[in-house]
This record gives sequence, C-alpha cells and structure tokens, in this order.
Amino acid sequence: MPTPVDPPSDLDPEISRYRLMQLIRRFEEMAVDLTRGGEIQSAVHVGTGQEAIAVGVCAALGPDDVITSTHRGHGHILAKGGDPARMLAELLGRETGYNKGRGGSMHIADIDLGIYGANGMVGAGAPMACGAAFMFKTRAERHVAVPFFGDGAMNQGVLLESFNLATMLNLPVVFVCENNGYAVTTPIAEVLKGSILERARGFGLAVEAVDGMDVRAVQAAAERAVARARDGGGPGFLECATYRYEVHNVSAGSNWADERDAAERQEGRARDPIERLATQLIAEGRWSAVDRAQVDAEVESELEGGLGFARNSRRPDPSAAYDFMYARDYAGLPARGVDE
Amino acid sequence: MSRELNYVDAIREALFQAMEADPSVFMIGENMRGDIRPESRGLYTRFGDDRVIDMPISEAAFTGFATGAALAGGRVIVEFQVSSLIYPAFDQLVNQAAKLPYMLGGQRFLPVTYLIMGAGAGGGRAGQHSDNPYPYFLHAGIKSVFPTTPADAKSLMLAAIAEDDPVAVFAPVGVYGTKGPVPEEPVVAPLGQAVVRRPGADVTVVAGGPHALQAVALAEKLKGEGISIEVWDPLSLLPLDKAGLEASVNKTGRLVIFDDSNRTCGFAAEIAGLAAERCFHALKAPIKRVTRADMVIPYSTPIETEVLATVDRLEAAVRAVMA
Ligand SMILES: Cc1ncc(C[n+]2csc(CCOP(=O)(O)OP(=O)(O)O)c2C)c(N)n1
Ligand SMILES: [Mg+2]
Repeated sequence: MPTPVDPPSDLDPEISRYRLMQLIRRFEEMAVDLTRGGEIQSAVHVGTGQEAIAVGVCAALGPDDVITSTHRGHGHILAKGGDPARMLAELLGRETGYNKGRGGSMHIADIDLGIYGANGMVGAGAPMACGAAFMFKTRAERHVAVPFFGDGAMNQGVLLESFNLATMLNLPVVFVCENNGYAVTTPIAEVLKGSILERARGFGLAVEAVDGMDVRAVQAAAERAVARARDGGGPGFLECATYRYEVHNVSAGSNWADERDAAERQEGRARDPIERLATQLIAEGRWSAVDRAQVDAEVESELEGGLGFARNSRRPDPSAAYDFMYARDYAGLPARGVDE
Repeated sequence: MSRELNYVDAIREALFQAMEADPSVFMIGENMRGDIRPESRGLYTRFGDDRVIDMPISEAAFTGFATGAALAGGRVIVEFQVSSLIYPAFDQLVNQAAKLPYMLGGQRFLPVTYLIMGAGAGGGRAGQHSDNPYPYFLHAGIKSVFPTTPADAKSLMLAAIAEDDPVAVFAPVGVYGTKGPVPEEPVVAPLGQAVVRRPGADVTVVAGGPHALQAVALAEKLKGEGISIEVWDPLSLLPLDKAGLEASVNKTGRLVIFDDSNRTCGFAAEIAGLAAERCFHALKAPIKRVTRADMVIPYSTPIETEVLATVDRLEAAVRAVMA
C-alpha cells in the first residue's frame, strides 16, 4: 500500500485545507469517471461543491473524535484522514479496500480513525454517534462525535430521536446538517415544514447556521460547537448551506439528467469553496498561483498513485465471501446457500 | 449451588452478575429509572445512571446508540419490554447492527444483547403484543436464543452478553410464571446446543419455551398408549444445533414441529426443510408442522386460542404421524 501522503507539517494550515478540498474534489471526479467508465460497479454519490463542510468540520476535530457519514461520504472520510488509495481500492471492490471489498462507496469506514462509516440509510448514523459520545462521556474522555447528514434526513424519525437523546444525556455531539437544498430531486422546501434550525433548537440543541461554501466560516462555527461539546456544554447543531454540483448519484448505466434550474446550478458553482479559499489566500499574499499549481499537481499524483494501487490489488477470493459475518462462527453458521 | 428461581428473576440475576463481573457492560431500556420491571428491578439503584440508562421511547435511536457504543468499546444490553417494540427499530437491527461488522470487513464486532421480553401470546394481549418475532431475526442472521427454563434463561442470557456479536434473547411470556432450579454461579451455556428435554423413541417433537413444556406433558400423557415422544428443545435458534436435530430425527424417524410463530417462512418451515434435506431416508411419515396461523392474534379467548399453536393440535399431529 502506498504510504499516505501527509502534507508537509510546516504547510500553512489553510493551504492544507485547500489541499484537502482539492483532494476530495478530484477524488470524486475520478470516482465519477471510473463509474461512467464501468470500472466502479453500481453507483456513487458524490458531493462535489460540498467539500468545505467536511474539511471545515474535521479541521475542528482530533484523531480520537468520531464521525458518522452518509451515502455521500467520500469527503467526510478523506477529511477525517481516510487514505484515498484504500478508498479507491474499496470502490473497485478490492481486498485491500477499507472494507475488504464488502462495502463499497456507501459503507467506507475506518474505525481506528474514528470514521464509523458512511451509511446507505438516510439518518441512520446519528444514533451511533450518540452511542460513541456516551462512551466518551462515561469514560471521562474529552472526545466528541459528529454525525453528518443531509437536509432530507431532517425528516427521519431516528435523527430527531437522536437529537433528543443527545440533549437528554448532554452528550458531546455536534450534528452537522449539509443542506444542499434537495433530497434526490425533491426541493427540501416542498417536504420540510417549519425550519431546519428551529426544529433543532426545539430539541434544546445549540444551533448555528453557516455558509457551507466558506471553509473558514464552517471551521470557525465547528470549533465553537466542538469546544462547547468537549467541555461538557452540551450538543450542538450546524446547518451548513451548500450546493451539490453533480446529479444525486452517478451510475454506469444511467444518464440521469440534472433537473435543476440552469441558472441555479450556475449560481451554486459560483460559490465554489475551493476557488474561494484559493482567491482569499492569494489576495492575502500568503500564496501564489504557482504554489497552487504545485499543490494541485501533488494531489493528482497522489490520486494516480492510489488508483494504481487499487487497480493492482486483488479482488477477494470467492471462498472468503463468508468471512467477517460474525466474530464467532458456529457449525452451520453462517448458513451457505446449499446444505453441507 | 442450585436453588429455585422464577424465570424472570433468573434473567435479573444474570444481568446483575454480568454487570458486576465486567464494568464495560451496561444496560439501556425504557423505565429503568423506576426500578419497577421485574427483570431489571434494582439494577438502576445498584449501578447508577452511567450503567443503567433510562431511555426515552425511541427504540430506533436507542438501538443505534447501542451499536455506536459497542463500536466505541462498550458491551451493551438493550431491553425491549415487549417483543413487538423491535419493529420501530427494524432498520437499526437488521440493516445496521446485523450488517455492520461484515461491511466493515471485520474491523469491529458488536457485543450487543437484545433482551426481548414478552415474546409470544399471553392471553388477551391481542394483535400488537403477542408476536413471536424471532423468524425475522433468524432471517436477518442475528444470533437468537429462546430459553425455556429459569436455568436456561440465566445461562443463555450470560452467553448472549459474553458473545462478541449481537444476540437476541427472546423471553416468552408463557414461561414467566415458572420456577426451577438455577445455579447461583454464573454458568454460561454454549450457543448452538439443543437439549433433549425428554428422550423418546417414536417421534421427535421440536418445541421451545412454553411449547416445550406442553410437549413434555403430552409425552407423559401418551406414554401409556405406547407412543414415545422425544422432545427436542433447540434453545438456540441461531446458531442451531443441526447435528442434534439430525440425530434425533434419524433415531425416531418421525418429526412434528410445534412452534408458535407464523407458519409461512416461520421457524418450523426451516426445521422441516433441514430435516427433509438431511433425514429424508430415515423418515417413516411426512413431517408435520403445528404452528400459529398466519393471523393477527385476536383479543377474545375463543378466537385467540383458535389461531395459536395448541397442544391439542400437537396431539393430533403426533397421532397422525404414528398412524
Ligand atoms: C431511510 C432512507 N430512505 C430513503 C433512501 C433513499 N435515498 C438515498 S439518498 C436520499 C436523499 C437524501 O437527501 P439528503 O439527506 O438531503 O442528502 P443528499 O443526498 O442531499 O446529500 C434518499 C431519499 C435511503 N437511502 N434511506
Ligand atoms: Mg440534500
């Protein structure tokens, strides 16, 4: 496995954040190409445009903090330290992938890095984050748990139940809602009444709304919420306004047309979080276009290296299909498709 | 040392002993604070609200909470006060907890016990409080046990807690009132091991919980007529003691399954399928299933009894395979 490329430690932390956003962007563009080209089986949900939320929030987290993610999870995983090579290997169904080829895009996890998994079910990760936070609290560890979820998840009972659990137990949890305005093709305003922020406030969460296309703003808000939660001040909730550039999901077979208004899509892209940070850094005299091109080139070569690693890795052997169902197997368990 | 304990008290003793022995074990469920439920009485007072957590009526969230806590190093017991309370938590059970370790490629396993009280019909509990929902769990690959006696309840509860995978303990309401000898020591039963509750030569009756006790009584009754029933109690539904089942059916050559879960794709269907595959040439009569009907359990006694798996029907089935 290629050693993960750690950015030089003397790098301006904001340039590292640029780099991470660029890595996520290019990773997901690569995933789209690999899917359309048939190398990734089934579908991927990408969050191009939404990178600043993952990166800004995870910048406020330490290695022992925990996240739960969504169907649109590549960005969260990379931002929490996930290795793009092992992620690509998972997307290609390889034994060296994070889940040993047993999960794919919607299930990538690295428990040791505090990544408790992407999740194929909307809202389902939130109660798990609460459970982890409870363990931190009872063990007097100062870690926090951060469930990511979309605006559409705000209509899932299990998420609303989790808000209540978190305030009831005063858990170190920061809920992060990525509001990209849509649940698949449905505009959220059509199906969510009241307001996202008021709903969260109603459960006693400390809420804040933030521009999710501005990594500095996201990070600042996340730092406030995470610090409060870490100090026992109770759970928080961030609503991050964002825009997804791609269609809801991309699969090899389908050519899903983007039904969203062209002007709206253009407006969304005009708020691009990566361009925004680059422009700020250059305007502030902390960076140059040449430096930027170099970082971009590093990202390309890291991803190319990762893809090479993935492609050269083996697919799991059929005989291994039954491994990992249980911590402990028994005679006849898991049952095979024919009686033996 | 053995002394007599009531079934539910045996469960409670297992909970106390498991929590005393391992500080990473904790329990969550509804109404813990009141110390009112017989299976958990005293736990809250003894272990405090760090280890006995009184949960809101949010079955989906507290089931997922247990999964997350287990990933973070906890060993969790989740109580459902009535068997049908698993339904609001179904995604978190069958689609999350049951699948997560595999999908993680084995990065972690989940030491979680689901204590599912009030399984089965208890007389007049009607459609939403009378289910024996274990087939859903077996179908989803969740390890499950169905203890019959107080001693089984304690030893299988301890086994479930000790296992590093999710295990559901279905406590049938029909045996709550029973008493029996229970060792004081924390004896852990192996999973996947059935018990021959009563040996016999002519027909194997597969039955667990209150139905195992009824089958034993029937065996006594028919003994005088020269019908020798072997009552084979699986105890552990998943893993299942398939070799034990095979041995019993090969010995008797006849099989009647007496199971009070729904008929279609029910537990009895699985047992019948296994026996047909493995014991076909030993069978002297067609396999028979005596199950509850695929019905909503009615409230009023005459129609409730009509749709349940009754011992009268078991008797008729045994006579039929012996004819
Ligand atoms: C419980 C559940 N219901 C429905 C789906 C199908 N589905 C997958 S993603 C999605 C939309 C989710 O919208 P949102 O939470 O806003 O996230 P986004 O896709 O916008 O990132 C739906 C309905 C699902 N995966 N899980
Ligand atoms: Mg959305």
